[in-house]
Amino acid sequence: MTTSEIQFDTPADPVLDGPVLQVEDLHVSFPSESGRVRAVRGLSYHVSPGEVLGIVGESGSGKSVSSLAVMGLLPSSARISGSIKFQGRELIGQNDAELSKIRGRRISMVFQDPLSALTPVYTVGDQIAEAILVHRKVSKAAAAKRAVELLDLVGIPNAVERAKAFPHEFSGGMRQRAVIAMAIANDPDLIIADEPTTALDVTVQAQVLQLLETAQEVTGAGIVIITHDLGVVAGFADRLMVMYAGRAVEKGNVDEIYQRPRMPYTLGLLGSIPRLDVSEKQALVPIKGQPPSLTDLPDGCPFAPRCPMVVDACHTAEPPLVDVDGSAEHSAACIRTNEIAAADAEGAEAAVEIFGAEVAGEPEVAKIPREQRDVVLGLDNLVKEYPVNKGVVFKRRVGTVHAVAGITFDVREGETLGLVGESGCGKTTTLMEILNLQKPMGGEISVLGTKSSEVDSKRRFAIRRDMSVVFQDPMASLDPRITIHDCIAEPMQVHGYSKDEINRRVPDLMRLVGLRPEQLSRYPGEFSGGQRQRIGIARALALEPKLVVLDEPVSALDVSIQAGVINLLEELKSKLGLAYLFVAHDLSVVRHIADRVAVMYLGKIIEIGEVDSVFDAPRHPYTQALLSAIPIPDPVKERQRERIILTGDLPSPANPPSGCRFRTRCFLHASLPPEQQRKCIDVEPPREVQAPDHEAACHFAQIRQVL
Amino acid sequence: MAGFLLRRLVNYVVLALVATFLAFTLASATFDPIGVLQQRNPPPPAASIEAKKRDLHLDQPIPQRFVTWMGGVVKGDFGRTVADRPITDELGRRIGVSLRLFLLGITIGILFGVLLGVVSAIRQYKFSDYFATLFSFILLSMPVLVLGPLLKLGAQGLNDAIGTNVLIFVGETTPGFQGNWFEQLGDRLQHLILPTLAIALGQIAFYSRYQRSSMLDVLGSDFLRTAQAKGLTRRKALFKHGLRTALIPMATLFAFGFGLLVVGGTFTEKIFTWYGMGDWLVVGIGSQDANITATVTLFVAVCVLFSGWLADVLYAALDPRIRVN
Repeated sequence: MTTSEIQFDTPADPVLDGPVLQVEDLHVSFPSESGRVRAVRGLSYHVSPGEVLGIVGESGSGKSVSSLAVMGLLPSSARISGSIKFQGRELIGQNDAELSKIRGRRISMVFQDPLSALTPVYTVGDQIAEAILVHRKVSKAAAAKRAVELLDLVGIPNAVERAKAFPHEFSGGMRQRAVIAMAIANDPDLIIADEPTTALDVTVQAQVLQLLETAQEVTGAGIVIITHDLGVVAGFADRLMVMYAGRAVEKGNVDEIYQRPRMPYTLGLLGSIPRLDVSEKQALVPIKGQPPSLTDLPDGCPFAPRCPMVVDACHTAEPPLVDVDGSAEHSAACIRTNEIAAADAEGAEAAVEIFGAEVAGEPEVAKIPREQRDVVLGLDNLVKEYPVNKGVVFKRRVGTVHAVAGITFDVREGETLGLVGESGCGKTTTLMEILNLQKPMGGEISVLGTKSSEVDSKRRFAIRRDMSVVFQDPMASLDPRITIHDCIAEPMQVHGYSKDEINRRVPDLMRLVGLRPEQLSRYPGEFSGGQRQRIGIARALALEPKLVVLDEPVSALDVSIQAGVINLLEELKSKLGLAYLFVAHDLSVVRHIADRVAVMYLGKIIEIGEVDSVFDAPRHPYTQALLSAIPIPDPVKERQRERIILTGDLPSPANPPSGCRFRTRCFLHASLPPEQQRKCIDVEPPREVQAPDHEAACHFAQIRQVL
Repeated sequence: MAGFLLRRLVNYVVLALVATFLAFTLASATFDPIGVLQQRNPPPPAASIEAKKRDLHLDQPIPQRFVTWMGGVVKGDFGRTVADRPITDELGRRIGVSLRLFLLGITIGILFGVLLGVVSAIRQYKFSDYFATLFSFILLSMPVLVLGPLLKLGAQGLNDAIGTNVLIFVGETTPGFQGNWFEQLGDRLQHLILPTLAIALGQIAFYSRYQRSSMLDVLGSDFLRTAQAKGLTRRKALFKHGLRTALIPMATLFAFGFGLLVVGGTFTEKIFTWYGMGDWLVVGIGSQDANITATVTLFVAVCVLFSGWLADVLYAALDPRIRVN
């Protein structure tokens, strides 16, 4: 009986016809040492029942702060003014006790980082049950039962057992599901999702987005989804609001904005996304510079310093949000919006035109056919295993983690190989083995024709000149205590360059990566993320390597900054004839930058080949699933696409499935008759040639277009 | 988990043995009870010195003496003092005195230390935070040698102002005090308050600093925001989700804090003339008595190691991530 009380009352409560949420002229500011930070400045928007509003912007644009203001979760130092009406009731000025009756009951929230969003010391079931118990007078047993039902609803298998697990026993995707279960526990009327998929793998991202759609259907709630990635919201949102420097700079329905953006910033954001569905080389639009400091905003348009269309008039006053194209549904804050409307091209193409982005050419060496080029890096059946030990005093081996289970590929001069796969598939282990240059456990690594198993330490040192690395996290990979000059100079000192030569090369390298040599005496802390990654690239190029290993070089950066770094990498490749091994989980970036791509799953390469062939005609079901999970920043296409949603998480590499390692999650395997399934279970599929320069390891490989 | 705790316990027994052996050896090697005896005036007859030597097993090598002594300890006999009184008779009373003082002191210290730390963290950079910080630093920089007499002075002032002796700071009971159990309790309390304060104040200062920083770490955490987002008030979220998590790193501190307190409690006992274990150690060294020294060391070792074990239990109770492995 108790459970029936908390069933979902779909669709939305017929209490009111008006919007669920109405925000008017919201201002939020925080005190700081350099003056008040005006994080949100005069923001107005509304969300209707059952509607999905996407809020998009770079970090620091005020999108999260404005949502926390709605939840009443800002720190007490924040000064808030304006109006936030939820179902007609004013929320600003309410005390914590009153707001807590609405929070979790009528408005709920899903946060960015599922790893830290759950209290580590309580079970998942208890935490979900708590959300019910706070708001309803039900027995503990009924709440616990309901928690299990909710876990089941969000797709946690074996929910009864899993409810007793602690958060650390859940994977990231499962934790995000648990958070969503908590958010829908009380059938809310508004769900705010703050970057709900940013911290997740692409396959899990697709699962979570689909789950949010389900949650929306089940509860009938309005949804606010906050993201910096225009791709994520294309197929999901109904309306979009683009934020910059604490204000809305463009609002409108989702098709309008993607097809006819009317504010240069939106254009830039759209143009900066590498597209998965575009095979010819696409020019990426980097938005130069950084978002302005919110303590000391200039007069006029805050985007003006980064805007390619800036004119003197832009500096006189901040443009208001006005209707464009004669539609009350679409508004933009730009004085030159009519000129954008008058341009011939639309959407991302207009962005390329306006921002003047260019495609970098191919390096000279790429004109020679691939087979005739030198092999820069060759992996032959590389194996890496880790022992699993048990016991403190008497360690005994209880198992083996097969992190890399025999992979073979080569990278030739002047080409980029993208290595992709979910977290835990062995990408990083492969990379570390290559960089270590030791004799591998099994198989062979050769760099420029020299086998790692046959080199002594002297030779190894010499090889390191030809091979360098750029790391994922630009914040952590630079020593904060040494100047940029010393940082870039260090590899050259180690390899015995003369002082004069170093002093000549360091400024050259700075210019090469698009930074000013005058900044050489500064410390890493004074640079932004994108600039730091450029410094990391300069350091990697110091010894004039032939091969650069890039470990997720852009995944920690905002999309608009990411575009600049990708462009730089392409330009450098073309100028210096470099070969890249590019490890990434973002397939759109890989499609943009790579010549060939290798897809890894549980320590094996399951598909490899020329990038267009693999992306346009994927043969392996896993590749097909990965590709279909990537959102495309095109609402029309996105809504028509059929998603292949992989079930569950990656199996443990300590105990991989027999035969084909992917079969436990494979939709193709599931659809086969039993006698054919037998083959998947018993026989490990070999890598077979499917097309010129395209191999896949599947017994039943067939083309399936997913873009 | 139980197996893990049991294994730990076995480890600790070995450690306690080692600690006691070292103390016994060191004391036996340096102490010279016979020399003290010989310096008496008039000197005792040679025969009784020889008898004393035999009584104290001084004719045996030190490891053998330890084995003999330990053999007694296992049966509950801690040997005899130089003055030939059985140690076991006095041991129980002295442990009682020490534990009464320290357990109460540390309980109050932990409770109020945590509370002060949490309040400080929640009201960071407000007046109460600054005040708590100042209070803690003053107390932390003040040895009990100073704090004790200061408390005595304060108590004296209070007593004078009231006109009767409310707070008594010599001994643990009034000698020859007669009365029913209630009056007895009252008398003991009057004696207990000051020394307990002397211990608790330092502990409060110490724990509040650590609790403040561990609470501050938790205050900015995402899960606290999640708890509020599901409808808990800030206060409830802080105590149910925040405090529980912030207590985890404190578990070790609590446990070992107690162990160390017992070791360092000598001064407090001396200042307030309590005849506990700390006092006994001083007496033992003064009378060149290896048995007393070894007994007190064993007690301290057991306290420290039991605390360590308690820390493991506390950890396991507070943090499910530990329990799995």
